[in-house]
Amino acid sequence: MLYIKTVGAIFFRFTYGLTLYDGIYFCLRVHRSAGGSSVALLPFWRQCWQSAAEMIHSLFLINPTGDVFLEKHWKSVISRSVCDYFFEAREKAVTPENVAPVLQTPHHYLISIYRGKLFFLSVVQTEVSPLFVIEFLHRVADTFQDYFGECSETIINDNMVVVYELLEEMLDNGFPLATESSVLKELIKPPNILRSVVNTLTGGSNVGSSLPTSHLSTIPWRRNGVKYTHNEAYFDVIEEIDAIVDKSGMTVFAEIQGVVEACVRLSGMPDLTLSFVNPRLLDDVSFHPCVRFKRWESERVLSFIPPDGNFTLMTYHVSSQNLVSIPVYVKQNISFFDSGSSGRMDITVGPKQTMGKTVEGLSVTIHMPKSVLTVDLTATQGNYTYDLTAKVLVWDIGKLNPQKLPTLQGSLSIQAGVPKPVENPSLNIDLKIEQLAISGIKVSRLDLFGEKYKTFKGVKYVTKAGNFQVRT
Amino acid sequence: MLKGRVLEQSNALPFTFTFLSETSVHFRVMVDTDVHACLCGPLPLHDDLKEMLDSNKDALKLEAMKRIVAMIARGKNASDLFPAVVKNVACKNIEVKKLVYVYLVRYAEEQQDLALLSISTFQRGLKDPNQLIRASALRVLSSIRVTIIVPIMMLAIKEAASDMSPYVRKTAAHAIPKLYSLDPEQKDQLIEVIEKLLADKTTLVAGSVVMAFEEVCPERIDLIHKNYRKLCNLLIDVEEWGQVVIINMLTRYARTQFLNPNINESLLEEGGGGDKTFYCSDEDEDEDEEKEKQAEVSALAKRKPYVMDPDHRLLLRNTKPLLQSRNAAVVMAVAQLYFHLAPKAEVGVIAKALVRLLRSHSEVQFVVLQNVATMTIKRRGMFEPYLKSFYIRSTDPTQIKILKLEVLTNLANETNISTILREFQTYIKSMDKDFVAATIQAIGRCATNIGEVRDTCLNGLVQLLSNRDELVVAESVVVIKKLLQMQPEKHSDIIKHMAKLTDNIQVPMARASILWLIGEYCEHVPKIAPDVLRKMAKSFTNEEDIVKLQIINLAAKLYLTNSKQTKLLTQYVLNLAKYDQNYDIRDRARFIRQLIVPTEKSGALSKYAKKLFLALKPAPVLESPFKDRDHFQLGSLSHLLNAKAGGYQELPDWPESAPDPSVRNVEVPEWTKCSSREKRKEKKVEKPFYSDSEGESGPTESADSGEFDDGSESVSVSVESGSPSDSEESEESSESDEDEEEEEKEKKKKKKEIKQMQASESRARSKPDVSFQTIAPSSALKNYELLHRITGEGLSVEYCFSRQAFSPDANMVAVQMHFTNNATSDTKNLHIEDVKLQSGMRVKEFAEIELLPAGEATTAVMGVDFCDSTQAANFQLCTHTRKFFVSIQPPVGELMRPVFLTENEFKKEQSQLMGMNEISENLTLDAKCRNEHAIVQRVTTAANLSRVPCGSDKECRFAGKTVTSGSLVLATVATKDEGAAQLTVNCEKMVIGTMLVKDLLLALTQ
Repeated sequence: MLYIKTVGAIFFRFTYGLTLYDGIYFCLRVHRSAGGSSVALLPFWRQCWQSAAEMIHSLFLINPTGDVFLEKHWKSVISRSVCDYFFEAREKAVTPENVAPVLQTPHHYLISIYRGKLFFLSVVQTEVSPLFVIEFLHRVADTFQDYFGECSETIINDNMVVVYELLEEMLDNGFPLATESSVLKELIKPPNILRSVVNTLTGGSNVGSSLPTSHLSTIPWRRNGVKYTHNEAYFDVIEEIDAIVDKSGMTVFAEIQGVVEACVRLSGMPDLTLSFVNPRLLDDVSFHPCVRFKRWESERVLSFIPPDGNFTLMTYHVSSQNLVSIPVYVKQNISFFDSGSSGRMDITVGPKQTMGKTVEGLSVTIHMPKSVLTVDLTATQGNYTYDLTAKVLVWDIGKLNPQKLPTLQGSLSIQAGVPKPVENPSLNIDLKIEQLAISGIKVSRLDLFGEKYKTFKGVKYVTKAGNFQVRT
Repeated sequence: MLKGRVLEQSNALPFTFTFLSETSVHFRVMVDTDVHACLCGPLPLHDDLKEMLDSNKDALKLEAMKRIVAMIARGKNASDLFPAVVKNVACKNIEVKKLVYVYLVRYAEEQQDLALLSISTFQRGLKDPNQLIRASALRVLSSIRVTIIVPIMMLAIKEAASDMSPYVRKTAAHAIPKLYSLDPEQKDQLIEVIEKLLADKTTLVAGSVVMAFEEVCPERIDLIHKNYRKLCNLLIDVEEWGQVVIINMLTRYARTQFLNPNINESLLEEGGGGDKTFYCSDEDEDEDEEKEKQAEVSALAKRKPYVMDPDHRLLLRNTKPLLQSRNAAVVMAVAQLYFHLAPKAEVGVIAKALVRLLRSHSEVQFVVLQNVATMTIKRRGMFEPYLKSFYIRSTDPTQIKILKLEVLTNLANETNISTILREFQTYIKSMDKDFVAATIQAIGRCATNIGEVRDTCLNGLVQLLSNRDELVVAESVVVIKKLLQMQPEKHSDIIKHMAKLTDNIQVPMARASILWLIGEYCEHVPKIAPDVLRKMAKSFTNEEDIVKLQIINLAAKLYLTNSKQTKLLTQYVLNLAKYDQNYDIRDRARFIRQLIVPTEKSGALSKYAKKLFLALKPAPVLESPFKDRDHFQLGSLSHLLNAKAGGYQELPDWPESAPDPSVRNVEVPEWTKCSSREKRKEKKVEKPFYSDSEGESGPTESADSGEFDDGSESVSVSVESGSPSDSEESEESSESDEDEEEEEKEKKKKKKEIKQMQASESRARSKPDVSFQTIAPSSALKNYELLHRITGEGLSVEYCFSRQAFSPDANMVAVQMHFTNNATSDTKNLHIEDVKLQSGMRVKEFAEIELLPAGEATTAVMGVDFCDSTQAANFQLCTHTRKFFVSIQPPVGELMRPVFLTENEFKKEQSQLMGMNEISENLTLDAKCRNEHAIVQRVTTAANLSRVPCGSDKECRFAGKTVTSGSLVLATVATKDEGAAQLTVNCEKMVIGTMLVKDLLLALTQ
């Protein structure tokens, strides 16, 4: 192998000096492929591209049945047969989530993400920060979501041209160019029904006729000349409880992940300052680029010139040290009998630390062992469904009534002739509590500088279950 | 060209075939439709499209282009439309044009000659007055991969690199790698462009040019020196993708330029031993380390104590806030920078941020966990507090579970092992069998690493042997085998137990492990071993290869220890093996027979057969697959794959001694001047502000009063015009004298108070701080007319911003009004009424002037809080007979008051006001304003700022605070040759900043 490499290098040097022949330089190229080494003739410039460092080369969108339904190349075209390696890996994986995000093929590296039942598969040829690519692909998916309301195969097919234009603007030569939605929206207007009607009548277009200015500004996230008749700024403080509760009801691990989602519709160039009553609660934070980090460090206030519309202002973390309160408890008993190929299940959910608020949207999801064929249960409240192929039991409870605790009990039937399952399935809890931030964080005020008009302000708190798992 | 393509396809073919044979119908269907589309389907359709493209209607063209682009997007061939499409490149309709560009970039490579037709359109675009059109022309031009236009591209890039617009310069930076990949011979010229763009001070360009640098000439680290500090300072305001590239590049740079900050600590750590991994096996390694340590100790003795280069510190300090970025790639980049560059004590800060990323998308988790796994080997303590964040949920994808397991295993130590083992126990019950197997491996690793729990783990694993799942049992056997090797004599009962398993267990690896164990420790189980061999001999032909090999091994070992019982069995097994299909097994049989069975020909080796087979074998080392992976730069693709990816730049080792740090100095220091300046500054410590203002303001004042005289004469042709100015001047000077006296007293307090002011702006805002007000003896006062004597019926009023403290309210700007009664009658009851203000503004009226006799003049001072805006204050000026509507509008320069800062404080504050708070403009100084005095004079005239002492005579710095909010206003005028200069204003209030720049520009250029 080493020998061949050296030979290749010599040939390369040798051919480098050759003169133009037939308008094309040729040189020898040594491939390292699975079956050993092969030598192939390639045009000289192709050789060079492959030797230059570069970022994202191509993008393929792959639907759940395994078809490439969109491809975009930012450099020379790479045949879609490169995806075969990916399909192979996909076949091997049990679920789509289990496909490794980074795959190595003889000539390329495939970095993919799985979003909304679609794979976004990018091809790179050389060293790159994998997170850079992954983060970018997610940004692409976010942009589609932002533009079309969802990110699915049908919607992308329906808006193929807009999608293609977006991809064209987002990367230049494989390096991100415009990823801020404010800039993109000035370049390419998002489709809406009214405009499409107008466009068909007048022959107008979705491409912005004025060139974007926020591209040039030092605040690329906000465009100039925003105007509203009603100026409003709403903030949603959404907290998610991540917890693992063990069999006996003890909390193994719990923490709170919070996010402040903002919806700001203010004219001009407002400069906002959002302050908290108890900012010390926040253990770890990350910000939208608009937030002035220095102000946060010195005064613990969020000072920023907001993007227009919806955006995530900050995310934060309240660690388990601060004793996270768990809003519900679950009493469960799932057992399988040796004889009679059956099992029993008994689940009760009750309130624990709800701070006097009602728990809503309660549901319990259980991934049953493969050998559980059917379930025969009765729920005192809500409905349950059992997906026979995926073996997923979902019990949708709804509002939790502290006086009358919901229970689900009954029997499970197991495939005959198969030994009883050793593993016990864990329970995933979903819930929602309105008007409560379980960490106790509270926004104290919002100040507006730089503009002089009346502003409607509002803060909403919601607590949800994040990764809330009860082990059995 | 054609050849190349054909070859590409033939390259691709094998993959397609393997794929087809292996699976999916979908793919075949896809191929079919494609072939169909290419061969027959589209032909009539394309004619139709051509027609539409040739039509006059934009709507039709647009529709056609949309369909074509959709074809491209679906991967269908649309190349035969090239001539029809390229005609439309100059189309007026912007959307058609854009789609044509898309098409062109895609197919230009295949239709080079035709593509050339479009070039002139772009060349025209490059000259367009609109910067965005220039940029997009360059972007498309550089994306067309046609070799012939290389010279044109080169020219365009060079031109764009010195474009006025930073956006065009950014596009030029993007174009560099494109051209480089098209023609690497342009490298030298491109490096020149890169060098030029690296010097660019705008955040917009920084990320893109560093990207170009990384692609074209990553080895030219010398280009970075001069720009290093600038890049560090700009970093926080660069767009996120650029940040990643810059941070990665700077990591490499720092590794070549600075000393290892852990050079001393690493010794201590190893001496402590506690932190050194448990991989207890490496005794010989230990010896090596011992030697190394001694060598290092002696080296250390010679070495000076480590002092971190301030530039190294600058990098660490400026990247730290980016750990709070929303972009995972940025966070990871900073984390790897800290891991590779920071002193050990500081690396800990990254743990929290990385743990935060574990909440992100699973792909992000995957990459982050890979890196965390590597980090935990070197710096376990860092992640220990976050142990529980790595607990596994049943819903995690398998690859995430396994990585988390890896991290947990790396984090295990004597104190937390019991919690971790308890956690592992729940994992063993998981439904995901791959994960269970990995958990058992992890338990094995914990057991080898931590002696205290070895027995517990072993017992636990033995219990798993009775698990119903075969995979679990098999994995346990393999792990137990490894553990037993450590102390076999204690555990003969376990070996017996395992021997029984051979009847049931079918997994080859497990069977092989058991057989090996029995063979190896046959002396501990003398009765069972021959029996196992008997059974195995029976089933030999049906076993897997690895099992067969172990059967042979077992037979050989038994033959050597217990030949009486096993001689025949062994020969039987060897005979079976002799005719096996697998040549490895045949080889092994032949080899072993020669060794153990004594024949007349048997060589010297057979004497040592027992020693050969039953030598004491070292216990296996169970170590992390992530060990030593940190020689790859963390966060890189190569690290993730644990293999060098193409284009990977090695992370260099720290240098033995630091290269010359002065290469990063930007200004060429003139030592003689500087030192004298330095002295002056030191003297100034006592009387910091004074000396400066005295020095500069003398000539300013005289010059300005002259200007004032001229002005008033020309405006109002009046006899008395001289007198008010005289009186005012005298008054002013007396006032400023008082001020100076006051200042003398305050002098000692001042420093303290300035510190306070910096510490808490809010406090400074609420409480009137005398020190601000006393600092500024005004250098120039310009008069404005409030009321002309004709409209005022004889009463003329002028006002000026006295730049004095307005004592009743510190947040107000003092406005000095000068009333002259030119009428023949007295004016009475002069006062203000009906003040109309923008919200937030306030006015403190002057006390009513009861009588202003004819021909007399008087002054009064009123205060206006302009709320840091240049909105006018409107009010009525009332006499006993008349009311006049008047308004006072402040120039932006009057909305501030000077503050005193030292050079260092200035720099520090300035560095905090970068990015969107910074506005800078290039200008050509007025011919009369080329020396320092003139500049200082003009700036201080235009704005109420004070001079900041400065080490360079090429720069004049000024500082002030806005009156109402107390925001800092920093201005810098850096002069260059030929009267060129750059004006930079840093202010948190962007409006104030922009307006101030305008005013100062005017003042300096006219």
